[in-house]
Amino acid sequence: MLRVDVTKQLGEFSLQAAFESQGRVTGLFGASGAGKTSLVNIIAGLLRPDRGVIALDGETLDDTSAGVHVPPHRRRIGYVFQDARLFPHLDVRQNLDYGRRMNRLAADPAQRARITALLDIGHLLERRPGQLSGGERQRVALGRALLSKPRLLLLDEPLGSLDEGRKGEILPYLMRLRDEGIPMVYVSHDAAELRQLATQIVVLKNGRVTALGGVRVLA
Amino acid sequence: MFDLSPAESTAILLSLKVASIATLVATPFGIALAWLLARRDFWGKPVLDALVHLPLVLPPVVTGYLLLLAFGRRGLVGGWLADNFGVVFAFRWTGAALACGLMSFPLLVRPIRLSIEAVDRRLEQAASTLGAAPWRVFATVTLPLALPGVLAGMVLGFAKAIGEFGATITFVSNIPGETQTISSAVYSLIQTPDGDSAAARLVVISIVIAMAALIASEWFARRATQRLHGN
Repeated sequence: MLRVDVTKQLGEFSLQAAFESQGRVTGLFGASGAGKTSLVNIIAGLLRPDRGVIALDGETLDDTSAGVHVPPHRRRIGYVFQDARLFPHLDVRQNLDYGRRMNRLAADPAQRARITALLDIGHLLERRPGQLSGGERQRVALGRALLSKPRLLLLDEPLGSLDEGRKGEILPYLMRLRDEGIPMVYVSHDAAELRQLATQIVVLKNGRVTALGGVRVLA
Repeated sequence: MFDLSPAESTAILLSLKVASIATLVATPFGIALAWLLARRDFWGKPVLDALVHLPLVLPPVVTGYLLLLAFGRRGLVGGWLADNFGVVFAFRWTGAALACGLMSFPLLVRPIRLSIEAVDRRLEQAASTLGAAPWRVFATVTLPLALPGVLAGMVLGFAKAIGEFGATITFVSNIPGETQTISSAVYSLIQTPDGDSAAARLVVISIVIAMAALIASEWFARRATQRLHGN
């Protein structure tokens, strides 16, 4: 369970969001500039809230009144960025192994084989990110986040940088992931995308939560 | 023309040794300072920045004299190092390396700082969400991506160290076999009657070393860039 209750002032923009999510896939819906990415960065620990609480499965990750801030590398929260952010100096295999190495987890060839098969990236392992298409890059970024064995996966417009054809290429992989059962927060400005993926919706408008509930609130 | 006298080859080898040691010892400090200046905001940062660049603008003879005051046998630091660790800089080749390292430090730090500033911080954020503690982010993402700048800084620093003259001769004098580098050997030779042809040989050799260093740095930078941008 994810509990969010934070405020953050960013220049002229003020973010003030509170919600609790039991859903397997929480869809964070809103236009660009609504504060979705800032909110996700706060959940990841990349941005510190001015005030408030972030808690995941009963563990407090941020609590400004108690002076608690767990740094991002100790949160075990995976993050798939819109722009993939693969490490250009590492090949795909090394990118996929990065999280496991940093978390000092034992090698798990079965898990890696399963994820590479799930995302259909087994034939790309020797390549460098510069040699991948946009869709391939995004699939590798998904695999990289999953293989760090996160407790929660944040996806910030993972299809945002892809054209319509490529979106259709990735969406089935995301649906497979959802059915794997790993909890996700999925950020999008595309209601159709969220209808297919999300089990619970948080609507964000100008830094405020304006609606909460099932996918029906998207209507 | 290229029959080098023992004194000349001694000066060449000494120059190479002094400049290599100076560069290798200065590099870790240079990387640490470059990272601080590129990535951290702290009180006194402009002062630190100015201090790093000071050897570039101070007359070398002043830097050499300050080194003599600090690291000479009766200097504050020099006396303490000699008494406690038996490390002596004054009139030794180690002192020449210290002077060269200090004089080349601004040139070493600058390209490293620029290349660290050019590393995409979003990649560092991605690394931290994958579980990398800050020092591991530095070791596995920032430093490898800044490597072309580190190599360029090392080559520039080395080239500057090879050519250093003013601070070195002021601090450790011009002792053949101990502190007489190519620069100070040329300086002595052109003041000696009949020294012209020996001076010319050393001049040619210093041009060759400088050219080789510049070509090597270009090559390293290109190799490293290719490696990083992954094609």
